[in-house]
Amino acid sequence: MLLIPCPHCGNRPELEFRYAGEAHIARPADPSTTSDQEWAEYLYFRSNPKGLHIERWRHVSGCARFFNCVRDTVSDKILKTYPAGQPKPDLAELVKEAGQ
Amino acid sequence: MSLTLRAKRSGRVDRTKPLSFTFDGKTYRGFEGDTLASALLANGVHLMGRSFKYHRPRGVITAGSDEPNALVSVGSGARHTPNLRAPQVELYDGLVAKSQNAWPSLSFDVGAINNFLSPLFVAGFYYKTFMWPNVAWKKLYEPIIRRAAGLGTASSEPDPDHYSTRFAHCDVLVVGSGPAGLSAALSAARTGARVILCDEQAEFGGSLLSELHATVDGKPAAQWVEEAVAELKALAGTVTLLPRTQAFGYFAQNFLGLVERVTDHLATPDPKLPRDRLWQVRAKEVVIAAGAHERPMVFPDNDRPGIMLADAARTYANRYGVRPGGRAVVATAHDSAYQAALDLKAAGVSIELIADLRKEANGPLPMAARAAGIRVETGMAITGSTGRLRVNAALVSKLGTDGEEAIPCDLILMCGGWTPSVHLFSQSRGKLVFDDARQVFIPGESAQAERSAGACKGSETLAQAFEDGFAAGLDAAAKAGCAQGKATQVKLAGVLDAHGGFLGAVPHPHDAGRVKAFVDYQNDVTAKDIKLATREGMRSIEHVKRYTTTGMATDQGKLSNMNALAIAAEALGKPIPAVGLTTFRQPYTPISFGAMANHSRGDLFDPVRKTATHAWAEAQGAVFEDVGLWKRAWYFPHAGEDMHAAVLRECKTVRDSAGVFDASTLGKIEVVGPDAAEFMNILYTNPWSKLEVGRCRYGLMLNEAGFVMDDGVVGRIAEDRFHVTTTTGGAPRVLNHMEDYLQTEFPNLKVALTSTTEQYSVVAVQGPNARKIIAPLIDGIDISNEAMPHMSVRLGKICGVPTRLFRMSFTGELGFEVNVPADYGQAIWEAIWAEAQKYEACAYGTETMHVLRAEKGYIIVGQETDGTVTPNDLGLDWAIGKAKPDFVGKRSLTRPDLVKADRKQLVGLLTVEPQTVLEEGAQITLIGNPPAGTSALGHVTSSYQSAVLGRSFALAIVSAGRARMGETLYVPMPDGPIAVTVTDPVFYDKEGAKLHV
Ligand SMILES: [Zn+2]
Repeated sequence: MLLIPCPHCGNRPELEFRYAGEAHIARPADPSTTSDQEWAEYLYFRSNPKGLHIERWRHVSGCARFFNCVRDTVSDKILKTYPAGQPKPDLAELVKEAGQ
Repeated sequence: MSLTLRAKRSGRVDRTKPLSFTFDGKTYRGFEGDTLASALLANGVHLMGRSFKYHRPRGVITAGSDEPNALVSVGSGARHTPNLRAPQVELYDGLVAKSQNAWPSLSFDVGAINNFLSPLFVAGFYYKTFMWPNVAWKKLYEPIIRRAAGLGTASSEPDPDHYSTRFAHCDVLVVGSGPAGLSAALSAARTGARVILCDEQAEFGGSLLSELHATVDGKPAAQWVEEAVAELKALAGTVTLLPRTQAFGYFAQNFLGLVERVTDHLATPDPKLPRDRLWQVRAKEVVIAAGAHERPMVFPDNDRPGIMLADAARTYANRYGVRPGGRAVVATAHDSAYQAALDLKAAGVSIELIADLRKEANGPLPMAARAAGIRVETGMAITGSTGRLRVNAALVSKLGTDGEEAIPCDLILMCGGWTPSVHLFSQSRGKLVFDDARQVFIPGESAQAERSAGACKGSETLAQAFEDGFAAGLDAAAKAGCAQGKATQVKLAGVLDAHGGFLGAVPHPHDAGRVKAFVDYQNDVTAKDIKLATREGMRSIEHVKRYTTTGMATDQGKLSNMNALAIAAEALGKPIPAVGLTTFRQPYTPISFGAMANHSRGDLFDPVRKTATHAWAEAQGAVFEDVGLWKRAWYFPHAGEDMHAAVLRECKTVRDSAGVFDASTLGKIEVVGPDAAEFMNILYTNPWSKLEVGRCRYGLMLNEAGFVMDDGVVGRIAEDRFHVTTTTGGAPRVLNHMEDYLQTEFPNLKVALTSTTEQYSVVAVQGPNARKIIAPLIDGIDISNEAMPHMSVRLGKICGVPTRLFRMSFTGELGFEVNVPADYGQAIWEAIWAEAQKYEACAYGTETMHVLRAEKGYIIVGQETDGTVTPNDLGLDWAIGKAKPDFVGKRSLTRPDLVKADRKQLVGLLTVEPQTVLEEGAQITLIGNPPAGTSALGHVTSSYQSAVLGRSFALAIVSAGRARMGETLYVPMPDGPIAVTVTDPVFYDKEGAKLHV
């Protein structure tokens, strides 16, 4: 069971959370102006990387807030969590920090 | 009872405390401190089981949890536990044990015929012999094989024991309490660290418990262990000692699973105690001190009872005071077997020969054996054995010669070397590296906060084990943020170091195709099987493993993996690391289902949600159904009624007079705030801005892909307040969906969302008499048709209790839904019920609700929809606010796939034969007997007998269904196709006149 650091509550067991897919996929401000292809990409296309993945979690049985999380999909190591709405972190920087 | 096989020295067994037990119905005697295996050996019993595939007689070969042969069942009735390892079963008075996989008896087993049919059971036999004909596998081969090849049987009675679970955190978790583990625990604990020390055995000390000669700091090893444990016990505030506790799994982020066997070793356990306790430990740092497994030698007929691992025999002699035989031949490739020979000799066993596979053996132990007068031959292989239920001779050959010498004996001790136990390290995702010099896999780079110490790290000497342990404990405590500790050393004396080892099959002069040299005892895999697998194209050890099943038994190949790998590598002409190592999986040793299920059984398996009227409905004889976690009244049968009759009566009563229904389980969400209407505009397809306070609207929720996700009636309580209802099962999903958009896409909106599902009891009163029933109870609301039209909501009182009164209908009749605080639910229900009885109204359940709504063509999300259905598919375009610039799912509704002409659309179906009720889920086709491979046009989503229609009817989704009105389609069934006519999905009161009375 993973220990996930909720940016609002601190470390909590995975049981309290619900996964919510890849992060930083913003809903187009005006969907009506998107092409079918652009809209399909927004709906269905995900990066699914082997390695660092920025994803959304919700602390559903805690503060109930959505937040973002950088997790290595190979090792399950969580490098960073931060509140929804904050900009994407610099992954190279995070890797460097984690290596130290 | 004869005790001649007890050595002079009693070891750690208490000979003043005799115990009586039975094995296969025969009574034996043992002592406190014995295991089932040691007690049986003391009674001269080596034959403890039959092998899995060939039913060959097998004896115990280890003294620990890695035992592959001596698997027994213990206990009886509901407490019958199969597949326990005899060396791990602690003896208690009255213990009842049975052998497994033998019929009619262990010494005469009919299944042993498999041994002679063995050409049928070669590697890959599952894939070859039984592939054809297909049907024979299921009907013929599988049942026979399953009966003949197998382990013990589980009890079919409910488990009478209870289990407990505990979460724990510590600075340092030490797994294993041999010299390395104890030293690690000591040095970590002395820094003040919170330490958990666990060991699978009943006593701490590991290999030190079998040590006769070594002294530690001038004290006998056993005394040093005792003092170390006493020191740890004295630190009870920070140190937790867990004997009989298996660390079975190493998971992400230093999370380990342990199972503590609490009562299995007790004759009369306190019923308050759990049988097992599951520990879920989050450790800052871990020390793995899991030791090493002694490897068998792979030689022909290496599986007769009386053949065992050398160091296991030494443990039986030294720790349990048992002589496992009278005359022994030792076959080895490692110095440690010489220590076993010396100790067994001291215990009174005659050592006939030590046959060492190595060309030379000149270490201190071989020299000591020679000095003790034992015959030692180097360059000599063990090449076979004779005997039936017990070995009676060992066959040995000088390497490079064909001559074979038979040496009479009743015990063969073998030692092919030692395999570090890297299971937990590997589970932690650490990388193993192959040490070419010593031919072992050892822990390489760590993936988690752990380190190995002692034999599991590949350390070969006792001195190194202590050194590793003390260093590992200090390192772990420091990394966990505890105080710096002082380096500790111990002075060892009386130990002779041992080295050596051999991997693979021992060379022999026999026809390799005709002998059985076992690699994996538990799954009956021989050297021949592994070579065959490589000849048949298996290249990776993962393939060899699956093809031969080597290493796939519950022992996970603890004894066999390295030999199997070496044989495969040799056959493939590749170095060992190039062939690969199979994955180590949890659990390390089998653990009980009870420990896993733990409290989650019976009433505690899942939470049960009951509405306020549950007891009332129960008293009325309601039958309940599970909807999510809810118990809902399904129907209310009168005396003599079956479900069919009850539902027809309830339906008729509602349409003729009225019915009362508990709708409390519907999800309710309060959407509040200055931007509430704007938020609703985004989340629902409908327009909300112009909905007046006091009015309701049917709300339709889509996901972003444009598919229907949920629906429900929404009432506007105030300008800034909506009372939203959802489906019973969808409530948490809908709230999550709303929160997602509110928190992440539209965080600027000032809205708060609150689940109020359990705050309200909801009593639906439906039918022509609904108004008359509630009228006498309502205070402060004009409920006339003019003042309170269909789809409106009013605040007021019922029986003096505050209510949100909805006028709405899910039946097609005049209807009200009375929302009251849940605490008043039962009282209000009973008050309404008293009025309802004046009109001969009924209480109805979910089945009647389903039928009545289907007659009106009202959908149920999850029944008419399956996550791929759009509003247009359902004929719900009227619920879409076309003028709204945006809502969740809107953009998707114009995607090409969502506007295709052949999309499946909601229609009604009427069977040509009016009393035939279609099966829900049945496929719909164009012709009655379509050829195989024809795609269905759609499927039946709801199907019932209707009281008001006097016939059956159904809802369905059918490709281009709205263009098929009046067409005849078919529902192919096993008894032949059923002809149906496509109709409008509204069967009752199409114009809706009955809603507006
Ligand atoms: Zn939180």
